[in-house]
Order: sequence, then structure tokens, then C-alpha cells
Amino acid sequence: MATILAVDDSASLRQMVVFTLKEAGYDVMEAADGAAGLEAAKSKAADLVISDINMPNMDGITLVRELRGLPDYKFTPILLLTTESSDEKKQEGKAAGATGWLVKPFDPEKLMSTIKRVLG
Amino acid sequence: MTIDISQFVQAFLDESFEGLDLMEVELLREQALDSEQVNAIFRAAHSIKGSAGTFGFAAVSEFTHGAETLLDEVRDGKREMTAEIRGLMLEAVDRIREMLLAARAGGAHHAAGGPATAARIETMLASAHGCPDDKSQPAQRTAVATEPAAPIPTDASTDAPDTRPWEIVFVPEPALLRSGNDPMRIFSWLGELGDLTVECVTRTLPPLGALAPEDCQLQWRLALPGTVDEAAIREAFEWVEDQCSLTLGRVGDAAAAQPDEVPATAPAHTPAPQSAGTAERPVGSNGAPVERRADAASIRVATEKVDTLVNMVGELVITQAMINTIGHSADELDARAVDHLRQGLALLERNTRELQEAVLSVRMLPINFVFSRFPRVVRDLSTQLGKRVNLKIIGEDTELDKGLIEKLVDPLTHLVRNAIDHGIESPERRRAAGKPETGTLVLRAGHEGGNILIEITDDGAGLNRERILEKARSQGMPVPEQPSDRDIWQLIFAPGFSTAETVTDVSGRGVGMDVVRRNIEAVNGRLDIDSKPGEGTRLTVRLPLTLAILDGMSVRVGEEVYILPLTAILESLKPTPDQLHSVSGRGRVVRLRGDYIPLVPLHHVFNVPATYERPEDGIVVVVESSEDRAALFVDELIAQHQVVIKSLETNYRKVPGVSGATIMGDGRVAMILDVDSLTRLQDTVH
Repeated sequence: MATILAVDDSASLRQMVVFTLKEAGYDVMEAADGAAGLEAAKSKAADLVISDINMPNMDGITLVRELRGLPDYKFTPILLLTTESSDEKKQEGKAAGATGWLVKPFDPEKLMSTIKRVLG
Repeated sequence: MTIDISQFVQAFLDESFEGLDLMEVELLREQALDSEQVNAIFRAAHSIKGSAGTFGFAAVSEFTHGAETLLDEVRDGKREMTAEIRGLMLEAVDRIREMLLAARAGGAHHAAGGPATAARIETMLASAHGCPDDKSQPAQRTAVATEPAAPIPTDASTDAPDTRPWEIVFVPEPALLRSGNDPMRIFSWLGELGDLTVECVTRTLPPLGALAPEDCQLQWRLALPGTVDEAAIREAFEWVEDQCSLTLGRVGDAAAAQPDEVPATAPAHTPAPQSAGTAERPVGSNGAPVERRADAASIRVATEKVDTLVNMVGELVITQAMINTIGHSADELDARAVDHLRQGLALLERNTRELQEAVLSVRMLPINFVFSRFPRVVRDLSTQLGKRVNLKIIGEDTELDKGLIEKLVDPLTHLVRNAIDHGIESPERRRAAGKPETGTLVLRAGHEGGNILIEITDDGAGLNRERILEKARSQGMPVPEQPSDRDIWQLIFAPGFSTAETVTDVSGRGVGMDVVRRNIEAVNGRLDIDSKPGEGTRLTVRLPLTLAILDGMSVRVGEEVYILPLTAILESLKPTPDQLHSVSGRGRVVRLRGDYIPLVPLHHVFNVPATYERPEDGIVVVVESSEDRAALFVDELIAQHQVVIKSLETNYRKVPGVSGATIMGDGRVAMILDVDSLTRLQDTVH
């Protein structure tokens, strides 16, 4: 089963994401900020990264940029969590190398359908 | 798959309250905020907004949106963090907290002042920016995302639904794969919308030698039934529209171009313009910002789980004690075996203690959880009373039991409010007294032996002996002859006592020091007062490190063993007959350095047979409660140990004179004595 890395500084959102993905049978790694996310990503290659944008230590955009610089993550789907109003952020994320985005607020169903879109 | 998201609501509330506390702390800073502090405030608001929407608190999300937008403008340098904005944000913090508290209580998540605050934020947002920034576009305040303009003209002229099949020409730019997107996945997504036909255009492929495996050099022509919704098709390409040339049209439209005629120079992969304000976050070089400890280094553990662990370790401690007892009494074993057994036991004891400490530490929280609310309390209250107060907080990292922390909030808040209300004088009076106009209030936490010490010190007027005495007499309270300071300070702990000349809405409403002291004693703590007229008052709260374990002294009465909390014991002695006196109406007393202390024979209190009937044959333990002292007469002292407290009320019922029970090393149950009620009981047993 695919391994998914979930990065979010909000424990509750992370909990929901992690719980939903585990229920769906994925292996899940989690991290509370971009820097920790990058470390986790280096320790084990994930098949998908889902990351929040606004986080302490390292934001999601920088994380995407860093990940794309790693050989293991050249083609890995990376989804950013963004709020509906941040069209600017979507573009900034894309420019950094993000695959796509998931608009907050989202529910487990929406999360799963988005995951299917990138993991098939 | 359905997932019940309500199970995450508690975590959401916890983290949101933490976020609000953080916002408050930062907003209350005296100095100007640096960009990292503003960022932290913004992130907290942003997080609350995002999560609130997800967990079904739309009103919270909507309300927070305004605050977040304003903070975003500050963050981007479009506005300055003025005192007005700080005030407004503090107000917003209060409203959000009210909403979440209401939500936690199960009510509708609304705050009474919410609309008014929201309106003020809106007004602020509508006002001109605080600082000029020509490059900044008008702040995007609408929550609605503008759909990116479609690159292709759509067929808008038809009235009847157009059911001609869709024809799609998809020409990705070479770098498409490097954004993690994969045309095959887009196609499989499209395939779920309807019957999809995919035709790969290979004519554009370069010769084999020029193939770049990491580039996407193919083009595709796709067909979908005309009944498929256009928006759904566009959504499938949403993530790649900046990385491809996409032609979407109905069969027969001129717009549907031939794939190989489409120049493969889709929008160049230009990095999005970096907005001036969002350069790299300042990463501290040598002046690195101090990490907030709550950020990464903390975990969230359900209290029940920790409680279970604490109980398990408690059992382990008991088992260890049990084996220890065997080890010490096993004389039948040969010396070597006993030696080994003892070595093993020493190890077990060490391990057990370490495990116990480690597990207890999970329950420990920095006292900052309580202290962090005081800057706000002090600010609000001193403003309200027209006083100037400088608050100093020392030792806020001192950790104590979570259960204790929760029980400390009310008493400490009361003491702080008291210190500002009654302690620190108005600026005029301070000036007249030759003191700086701004008073100082110091909150200090630290360790003292096995205890936590919390001091609340003000440099105010101090307690007024005369006024307290006068008040006590006028309220008909018993006042000792020639009272010492200590006697007088005790008076303010009497129920209903208040010396405030005017009953403010701050304090002096009868919920007095007696309640504060009772709350502190309820967690095995002690409250002491020290005061000098004109110089100020110091209140000292002493607390045990944890609620679960007690340092105790075991004493024997006949067959029974009782535990006395070590903190209550002043001394133990074997009285000589001339130290024992009978006082009419008060029973027997022990004379100790001129003081007469009531003698309380424990075998009378609990009505059990004792080995010794005469105190001079046994031992008396002098204990002190907050109100009085007593000399407990027991048969002998056994040993000092840490005992695990088991609630008697949970397992049996409340027993006078007993605060709990524990299981001794030999498996017997021993009662833990409640010294306070014993000193009160003394009058009823004789």
C-alpha cells in the first residue's frame, strides 16, 4: 500500500487526515511543520505528500521546493492544503512544484476523492 | 467510507484555545512585534479558521476570516500593527474564545458581541492602509475565488443543452511530470466522467536520441460524450492548466484545433511573481527567535490514557514494595541469595522510580498554562482601576501536574486580582508615599524540596494590621490577645472577611480568601501570607508535585498502620510525664517549649485497640494544619515512604479524619490521615 506523508501544524486537522488515510489502508507518516516534514520525507520515500501552507519553521511552499530538489521526490505528487480565498497561494504552490491542492474546509470524502485523483 | 469527524472536535478545541492563548500573549507584548511574532499570530488565526470550517463551526470560521485578513495585511506590511489593531485583535480573540466555549458546552457557537466586533474589523479593513505600499493590490477580501479565465471561448450561444461530443486537445509542456502530475491519472479521472477515448499524438516525438525521459513530449486528443459537464472536465485539468495548452470544444467547432498545429510552447514555466512582502522568513542567525516550546516538542495525550499509566505505575510501586518486604525478612535464604535478591531489588527500585518519574512527567505541564493568562488580567484590571502595574513572571517553565494546574487557575486568579485591587495603590498614593507610580507584581514559580512554590508578591501598601483587627472585632470574630502578625493574617482567611472599603466588582464580594485557601488545601497545598506595611505583601502557595503520590510517614496504632503526610509533620517526640497536662474542657495537652498542644490519641479517634495507653510509652507526632496544631499519640513510627493515593470516596465513602488510602508493601491497606480534619476532630473525642 502507498505511503502518504501528512504535514500540518494543526493537530486536529492532521489527526483527521491521518485517521482517514489509515482507515483507507494507507501507510501514513505525519509531521507538524515543514522542517519536520522534510526530515520525514528524507527518512522514507512517500508516494504522496499532503501539506498545509502556513506552518512554523518551514512553510508548505518552501517544503515543496525542497522536496522537488530531492531525487526521490522529482515526480511524487504533492498536494497543498489551501483556503478558498488564496488563489495566489495556489499559483505560488504550483510555481514551487506542487501537483495540486485541496481546498479547506474539506471532509474525509473530499480528501479521499482527491487522493484517488493522484494515487489512482 | 464514512468517517465521523466529531471525534476530532476535542483536539480542534484544545488546539484552538492554545492558539488563542498564543495570540493573546503575543498581542500583549509591550514591545513592537517582529515579523515572526506577527506571523505566529496570523498562523494561529489562520489555523483556527481552516479547522473550524472543517469541523463544522462555520460561524467561527467566518468570524475568524476577518481577523485573519487584517493580520495578513499586517504580515504583508500593508498595515502597521497599531495599538488599535492590537486591541481589536484581542477583542476578536475573546469573541472566538466565547464562541468555542459555547461550542464546547454543546450550545450554538455564537458570541454575544460577535457581530459588533466583526463590524469593527470590517470598518478597519475598509479603512486606508496604515502604511503606503503602491505595489500591493487591493486586499482580496472576498472569500470567493475567482475562476481563472478560461483560455478557450465557450459555446455560450446555444439555448438548448448542447450534446455534441466533447473534443479535447491536451498539449502538456515538457516539465509537467516534474510537478507530480501525470497525464494518465488525468485520463483515468476523465474516464470516470464518461466514456473516454484517448488518442496519443506521437508525431511530435523527437528522434530517439533526443528523447528526454523526464520530459513529457507526447500530446493527446481526447473525446468525451457531450452530456459530460464542462466544469467537471475543466476540474480534471485544474492542476495543470498553467502547464499545458488545452483546447476544449464540441465536435464541429472551429476551436477544436489539430494537435500538431498547436505550438508546443505552452505558457513558459515562469515562476509566479514573488510578492515583495513575502520574502524568505527571517531565519535567526545568531539572534535566532526563541522557539516556542509548544510548537514542535509537545505531544497531546488523552488524559484517561495517562491516568491509566499512572495507576499502573502505582501498582508497580506497590508490587516492588511487597517484594522488598519479603527480601528484608527472608532470613532463611542463604546469605548469598539474599544478597542477590537485594541487588535485584535495588535495581527494581531504581527502575521503578525512574519509570514513575517519566510517566508522571507526561502529566506535567509548565505553569505558564496558568501564568499566561495574567498579563491580560493585569492589563484589564489595572486599566479599569486606574492603577499602573508592571507584571513580572519568573519561572513560568516550572512544571506541575495537569490536575493541579487546572485547580490552581481560580485561586491564583483571585490572588492576582486581590493584589491589584487591594495591594497596589493608585499612582497618586504611591507618589505620595515616595514610591514609583507604577507598582510591581511578581509571579514566581519554582521548586522547594519536593514542593512547588508559587509566590505572588506586590510592592503595594501591605496588609493593614489595625484595619484587619478592627474589622474582625466588628464582625464578632475571636481575636487573640496581643496578636502576632501571623495571627492577624490568619484572620483574613475567615469566611466572609473583607477589608475593602468599597466593594468593587473586582473583589470584595464575599468570595474571599477562605475560599482561595480551601481550594489550595483541597489539593494538599498551603497558602501563607507575609506582609509589611508600606512595602507590600507576599502570598506563598506550596503545592505537592503531583496529586497521585504522597510523601508520607507510616505510624502504628495497635495492629493498624496509618500514613501521615510528611508536609504536615512538625516533629515527633517521646513525651515525658511532666510534659503532659490535663486542661479542663480541652482534654489533655502536651507542653512543648511553652506552647500547649492538644493531645489527640489516634486509637480514640478511630476506636481501635492500642499497644500503649499512656502517651509517655508511645510517641507523639506534632502535626500542623492550616488552622491549628495537634499532637497525635501513636504507638510507634514505622518508616517514611512514598505512597500511592487511592481515593476512599471513590471506592467506599468519605470518612472523617481520613483523606485516602494506600496499599502497603505487605499488602495491607493503610489509611492516609487528613490532618486538617484531625485537628478539628480533637474537640469531639475525649
